[in-house]
Amino acid sequence: MFAFIIRRLAILPVVLLALTLVIVGLLQFLTPAERAAAYVTSEQQLRNLDKIIRDKGLDQPFLVQYWSWLKEAVRGNLGFSKASNKPVTETIAERFPATLELTLYALVPLLGFGVWLGTLAGLNKNKWIDQFARVFAVITYNIPTFVLGILLLVVFYGALGIAPGPGLISSETQVALLINPVPRVTGLLSIDALLAGNWSVFWDVLHHLLLPVITLATISTATLIKVTRGAMLEVLSQDYVRTARAKGLPERVVNLKHARRNGLIPVATLGGYTVIGLLQGAIITESIFGLPGIGSWGVDAAGKFDVPGLLGFALLAGVIVVVASLLVDVLYALIDPRVRFD
Amino acid sequence: MAAVQGTTPAPPSARSQFWNSRAMRRFRRNRLAVFGLFLVLLFILIAAFAPLLAPPPKVGNNCLRDLGASESGQVYNVFAGVFWKALVAPPQSCYMTARVNFQAQPSPPLQPVQSDVGEVRPLMGTSNGYDIWYGLVWGTRTAFMLSLSVVFFQLLIGVVLGAISGYFGGWVDNFIQRIIDIIFAFPSLVLIIVITSLLGKSLSNVILAFVVVGWAGYARLLRAEVLKVRSLEFVDGAKAIGATDWRIIFRHVLPNALTALTAVVVLDLGSVPLAAAALSFLGIGLPPGYADWGQIVSAARAWIQGPPGQPLAYWYVSFFPAMTIILFGLGWNLLGDALRDALDPRET
Repeated sequence: MFAFIIRRLAILPVVLLALTLVIVGLLQFLTPAERAAAYVTSEQQLRNLDKIIRDKGLDQPFLVQYWSWLKEAVRGNLGFSKASNKPVTETIAERFPATLELTLYALVPLLGFGVWLGTLAGLNKNKWIDQFARVFAVITYNIPTFVLGILLLVVFYGALGIAPGPGLISSETQVALLINPVPRVTGLLSIDALLAGNWSVFWDVLHHLLLPVITLATISTATLIKVTRGAMLEVLSQDYVRTARAKGLPERVVNLKHARRNGLIPVATLGGYTVIGLLQGAIITESIFGLPGIGSWGVDAAGKFDVPGLLGFALLAGVIVVVASLLVDVLYALIDPRVRFD
Repeated sequence: MAAVQGTTPAPPSARSQFWNSRAMRRFRRNRLAVFGLFLVLLFILIAAFAPLLAPPPKVGNNCLRDLGASESGQVYNVFAGVFWKALVAPPQSCYMTARVNFQAQPSPPLQPVQSDVGEVRPLMGTSNGYDIWYGLVWGTRTAFMLSLSVVFFQLLIGVVLGAISGYFGGWVDNFIQRIIDIIFAFPSLVLIIVITSLLGKSLSNVILAFVVVGWAGYARLLRAEVLKVRSLEFVDGAKAIGATDWRIIFRHVLPNALTALTAVVVLDLGSVPLAAAALSFLGIGLPPGYADWGQIVSAARAWIQGPPGQPLAYWYVSFFPAMTIILFGLGWNLLGDALRDALDPRET
């Protein structure tokens, strides 16, 4: 298993090298002056475009430019992000916890509700709950994240007024935090507030995260319901389930211990896709709800032609996906003893 | 010798053979599939007849001028050149959403609103001054242009590279597969965001970005199919009578692999426009003002809350675009899922 993990981690530098090579390569389609626009933050700099081109070596051959970027990147200097007005590494450190917070909370309804409904649907094939689960899955699967987010905002914020507007905290909490700041331990504001015993901040963050979490979890939930249902149907027809029933075990024990435990194995294979799906969903969700995570920063960087920011954003996305998929695969092997690393 | 004159049944026509084939019978039985097909056909008709459903306005874009017409009604005259030009090859300016005025405040459906040429009554209202109906109808055309070209190029590159990879194997296969691994190890939305924002906002750049990340899935699929088919006897037979590699790929391997590709193509035709709309929603996709669904939804973000006392006053700015997008996705998905089930030889 150790060799497997090492081999999978070894692909990481290759992925990141290929990715950054492509991005710097794409930049070669632009003129040096256009490339310099990525570093312009003030009018005064605009007049010194030639100096920027010279300083950053933007008129150098492609590989020379890439090499100079790579040298700095390896040293941990990813440049300065125009979009966040801070160094890229600092931006990532500051904003990543918010994304983590959103996705971790989204996992709760995603796994809980998806697995629960999928199991029920599988156990009650063609009954009303199964029909409901299938219709629910078809409908939610077909609503793109950005449309769902807007619709939820229209209904719960605009019409009913029970959900808060965009942002991670309300302005009152913002003021309260300025006076009485919550010490940063994990970086996840809700957890930090909880650790500090600051309930009002904790509830405010949860309140603000409710709609984004629903938005983010919904689309992946549909896939999870479908897969869980299919896996349950498959498992329920197995001999060992029949044996368990024949032994006279209570229906509940058969369904949950014998059937569902094994039914969840194929669900675990979804892990990699779910990670990618959540990350992509987070980019859109954060932008809709104005959450200060890396997704909204990446979109901002894209809109402002912030090349260092984009490079950092893409690098981070690559690292997250490769590492998270690896974790999922290892977990998969732990829950299913039949899986061998090869 | 008295031959037994049995009435041999006429061989079934090609059409009835297709209509009564197992896959078609299975497809016809599936009511959801028929509903999906209906939705898809509806959207195809909307896209095809966009110039008639949302005729070029007198003000708002340069479509009418570039068509060489002076009245919107001219597009309905089948005998005039304007009709055919608008339908078959409308100038680029027709794809810019008609802007009734420059008022950010939305105006409700069918209510009079002041424009440069007097009062008009936009069917679905306006949002940021843009005519929502015009944007949705021409946006459907944009969606199809995008999805058809993206899927065409993805298919072209994916099929060629997948076939090469599967048929020849060796280091070529290894090289192509490692590239695909890298593309797969990455969230496609991030790559698409990076590529479009670096190259600039335009329809062709969005298409390029989608093709760059999308071909890999097709290549993987086709490679697997090729590996399956390659080991069958008829390929050995073709080799034995001296068929060239390319002839075997195109005449024997590809036709057998196409079934697997069909369902994926249909699902992609539905999902690519939605992903592109998401991109435009984020402000990274098509140029501002271009008729596309994402931008119309994006404009709705500013009008989520109505004025005090009328919380749902601006319902139309988000409702119509959202419904369009949801029904489009639903139609293609039902159709794609049903096709996948119908074409799956394992199911009975």
